[in-house]
This record gives sequence, C-alpha cells and structure tokens, in this order.
Amino acid sequence: MSVNANSAVADDAKRLDDVIIRVEHVDAGYESALILQDVNFEVRRGEVFGILGGSGGGKSTLMKHIIGLNPPLAGHIYIDGDDIVTAGEAQLERIQRRFGVMYQSGALFGSMTLLENVRLPLEVYTSLPDDAIDLVARMKLELVGLDGFTGHMPAELSGGMQKRAGIARAMALDPSILFLDEPSSGLDPITAASLDATIRRLSQSLGVTFVIVTHDLGSVFVAMDRVILLDRRAKGIIAEGDPHRLRDETTDPRVRAFFRREAEPVAT
Amino acid sequence: MAALAINDAPDGRRTLRLSGRLDATTLPELWDAARRAAAAVPAAPLVIDAANVEYCDGAGVALFVDLLRQPREGKVEVANLAPTYAALLNQFDPEVLAHDLDPAAKRRPAIEELGFAAYGVWGDIRTQLEFIGETVAALGYAIRHPRTVRWRDVFRICEQVGADALPIVALISFLLGMILAFQSAVPMKRFGAEIFVADLIGLSMLRELGPLMTAILLAGRSGAAFAAEIGTMRVNQEVDALTTMGLSPVRFLVTPRIIAALLMTPLLVLFSDLIGMVGGAVTMQSFSIPIVAFLKEIDSAVTLTDFLAGFVKSFVFAVLIAGVGCLRGLQTRAGASAVGDAATRAVVTGIILLVVVDGLFAVAYYMLDI
Repeated sequence: MSVNANSAVADDAKRLDDVIIRVEHVDAGYESALILQDVNFEVRRGEVFGILGGSGGGKSTLMKHIIGLNPPLAGHIYIDGDDIVTAGEAQLERIQRRFGVMYQSGALFGSMTLLENVRLPLEVYTSLPDDAIDLVARMKLELVGLDGFTGHMPAELSGGMQKRAGIARAMALDPSILFLDEPSSGLDPITAASLDATIRRLSQSLGVTFVIVTHDLGSVFVAMDRVILLDRRAKGIIAEGDPHRLRDETTDPRVRAFFRREAEPVAT
Repeated sequence: MAALAINDAPDGRRTLRLSGRLDATTLPELWDAARRAAAAVPAAPLVIDAANVEYCDGAGVALFVDLLRQPREGKVEVANLAPTYAALLNQFDPEVLAHDLDPAAKRRPAIEELGFAAYGVWGDIRTQLEFIGETVAALGYAIRHPRTVRWRDVFRICEQVGADALPIVALISFLLGMILAFQSAVPMKRFGAEIFVADLIGLSMLRELGPLMTAILLAGRSGAAFAAEIGTMRVNQEVDALTTMGLSPVRFLVTPRIIAALLMTPLLVLFSDLIGMVGGAVTMQSFSIPIVAFLKEIDSAVTLTDFLAGFVKSFVFAVLIAGVGCLRGLQTRAGASAVGDAATRAVVTGIILLVVVDGLFAVAYYMLDI
C-alpha cells in the first residue's frame, strides 16, 4: 500500500515537473497599446493555473496571445514545446486542436441548440457513432448542470447558463489544456462551487491542465494550484505561486490588497 | 489502442473485457461491437471488466454509461475500473441519461401552423400601426421642439445615407441611362426616331426610374444598416437601457434616421436623375446625336410637373426606407442570427412597400391626369 502511495506521489511530482505552457519574454497588448512587458511564467502539466489581476490588467489580452488569437508584440509562447508565435497556419491549427477555450460570454453559436453546440467539435474531429456523440455531448452538459436544456437555443438561456454551456463545449473533446476566461462570473455560488469541484476532478483524474483567467477569489483558493497576479501599473507579474501562501505571507501591499479584498493602497 | 474481448461463463454471465486507451480516437470501432455484444444476451447478467483499461477520458466514460443505460432484463455492472476513472463515471446517472430530458419540439399540425402564421401577420400589422403612430408623434414633437433633436446624430447619419451613397447611386444611374438609351435607340433608329430616346430617358428617369432605383438602393444599403445597427443595440440591451433611462427609443433612434433620410433621399434622387440623363446623352453620341441636341429635346419633352411627380415620391420613399429599417431593428429578438434576420426583413419589406407605393402613385397620377 505504502509503495503504491509513494509511486502515486512520485507520479504526481513527475507530472507537475512537466511544463506544458512556457511564456518567455512576452510583451502583451495591441499595436496601439503595450499592456504587459517582459512576462515570463510556466504552467505545469495537470495543474490548475490562474491568471489574476484587476480589470484592464491584461489578463484576457495575455490569454488571447497564449491561445494564438492575437500574436504578442514580442516574445515566445510554447505549448507542449511548439512555439505558437512563430507557427504557420497549419501548425497553429494543430496546436489549437489540443486545447479547448471557454470565452467570457460563452460564445455559443446562436443558430444551434445547446446539444448541437457541444456536438459540433465531436462531429468534426471524431468518427464516433451519432448516438454516441449525442451521449458524450449530453454528459458534458450534465457536468455543468444543463442536461435538461439540451434542446434550448442559447438566446433562451441566462448569461450564466450560456457560460456553462460554453465550458461544456470547450470540454467536448477532452483536451489536455482548457482555457477558461472568467468562468465563474455570472454564476450563482452553488453552480460556481460545483464548477470548481469539476475542475479539480478533471485535473486530478484526467490530468487536464486548466488555465483560468479570473478575479473570483472564491474559486482561486478552492480550485487553483498556482497563480500569477498581473498589475496594470507595473505592466507585469507582481506575484506568482500558491494563492494561499501569497495571501498569508506576502509583504507587497498590492498583492495583499488583492488577496484580502482591500481597497487599492494609495501611492505615497 | 483499445480492445474488446467477450467471455461467456457456464452460468450464462457474459463478461465484456475492455482494455487499452478508451478515448474519442480509439472508440469508434469498439462502440457498436460492445453495444451489440451486450444486446445479444438481454436476459443474462453482464459484467463490464475494466481491469486492463489504461486510460479513459470523457468518451470512454460515455461508453460505460451507454452500456449501463441500455434497457435489459439481466443485471449489468462495471468491475475493476480504476478509482480515478470510477470517480468520473460516478458523476453520471445512467437512468437519467437513458431519456432525453429536453427533446426537440414536435412539429405542429399544418392547420395550427397556418393559424400561428396568420396570428403572426396580424401581430406584425398591429406592431407596424403602433410604430407609425409613435413615429408620427415623435416627428410632430421634433418639429415643435427642434432643439430636442440630436442634430449631431442626424448629420452623422446624413453622411452615411447621403454622401457615402453617392458613388453607388452614380454608377447605377449612369449605367441605367446607358442601358435605356442602347435598348431604345436601336429599334428607334429603324424609323429615324433616335432623337426621341431623349424624351424617353428624360421622362422615365425623372418620373419613375430615378426615384425608384435610388430608393431600392437605399433600402438595400441604409435600410439594412439601420435594422442591423438598432438590432445590435437591442441584442446588447442598449435599447432597454434607453427605455429605463426614460428616453423613448423611437425619439432617440428613429427620429434622427427619418430626418436624415428625408434630407438626403430627395438630393440623391436629383443626383440620380441627372447622372441617368448624362448616361443616356453619352450613349447617344454613338448614334450621332450631339449632347446639345439631346438636352434640347429633353427640355422640350419634360415639364416641371414630370420632375415634381418623381421628386415628391422621394420624400415618401425616404420615410418608408428609414421607418421600415428602424422598425425591423426594434423588433429584433435575441441572438446574433436575429440581427441578420432583422436586416433581411428590412430590405424585403422595404422593397415590397416601395414598389407597392410606387404603383399607388402611378394610379393616383393617372386619375389626376398628371
């Protein structure tokens, strides 16, 4: 028994040493505006990683660079060893197929039912029998508490429900990395907590790596292994590590203010 | 790779041994085989042995759920599934997943569909009447209180409706004049009556084609733009925000657009009339009719009444185009496709109304001997 336990610990350690995303010297922003300068961090395989920061701090911009929607102003981003910045169109498509993305608004296709939205990636990328695709899609919707709404159109649902369906669609192909942009905003506390539990379970059982952009501290302390905290004025990362340790041990007033939900410290 | 082995025990129990990686790429061939093997012995106890499953993602778990949810007389159980994957499986209740909780709505009988369609048409007519009333009231208010009109918006929309439409109106009108001239000059030449092409182009452009073609172009261009813009505002709850701020959407969004269309459409019609006649004049050069002779013929054939008969229409067309575009925008329901629907409906309704109203004008002019 102890041998098994030791080997499990060793496996976990090995898994966590394995870097799946590496961001190197990235300048994030748009041509007209530099938001973050010289950002460096790594995400390890199987961990739940948070990108935190206040509004306008560059969280979503940085995520757009990592998922290959917009190229960064400078630097390199490696996903499983492949540089997404220099990748050609075909290679970028191959890299993007390895991950799922949930956008802030859910970004569901308005002309399809929820079930059809979740079925779409399965239809395109697998050759499973039709009713098996139906079942997988329904199970994904059940995971986010939407099994009773499979036949609904996105416009018939609340914002929070659309967001949950967006998560289900991102998970359809069981990707090795899931990017979630503000997953818990707009969700009721119970659904947000069950979403956190689902994230932990998928991370632990399937080794799915989560990169979550959020400022929901509830989720941060429950679900996340490691976080980076971005700051608009510093134009970069001002803290990195275990969120509990950052909250309890930091001496930086900006970091403390964020994790303890205090008003922003006044510059003196 | 994934594999399936079937083992039947002497006591009748069937064991399905799944092994390898169970994921979306390995399962397609295995899925139907596993389901058939389970269905072949509906009364026998069934054990799904997962001892040799190396990896199992969401699709793999779905296979277990699928086998567990199939109706059968004999008992079915999953054995030896690794605890990490068992935790994934335990999240689902196969009983619940055996039935579709939200099946697609069944089609209504034809007679009901007809009733709903008729009710929809009646509802649409009522909405249009309400909208006309509201718009007239808002325009009346704007005339009485011109300071309340958002003139900056009016000028911005004037630019979009008028100045930005000049190139397309010029191109279409010029080509229209050319085509009319070519089509009519060839047969008329046989009778030595080419010079009367000028009469034809002058009268048809001023009375009919100038206003109608310009209005159809504007319905496709500006009517659709109004519907899409207001429709997007509706989807983004900007219209709701206006209402809760105590601002009437009709006064705030529709009035500036109707005023801008009323100012710009007649000017575009004038422009179209002129360019259409220029197109005809240029073409008639190739039939040895000099521009001076062409213009002189038009001058003798066309009266001020002919010009006014077309010009008056442009004001009515302007109200129709802007009104229908705004109405369809305000009727937009939720979703991205709704904005596309609104724009389509604005163009279709706009063009139908334009042609109908043009026909009414033709009848009225005939009765009045204009």
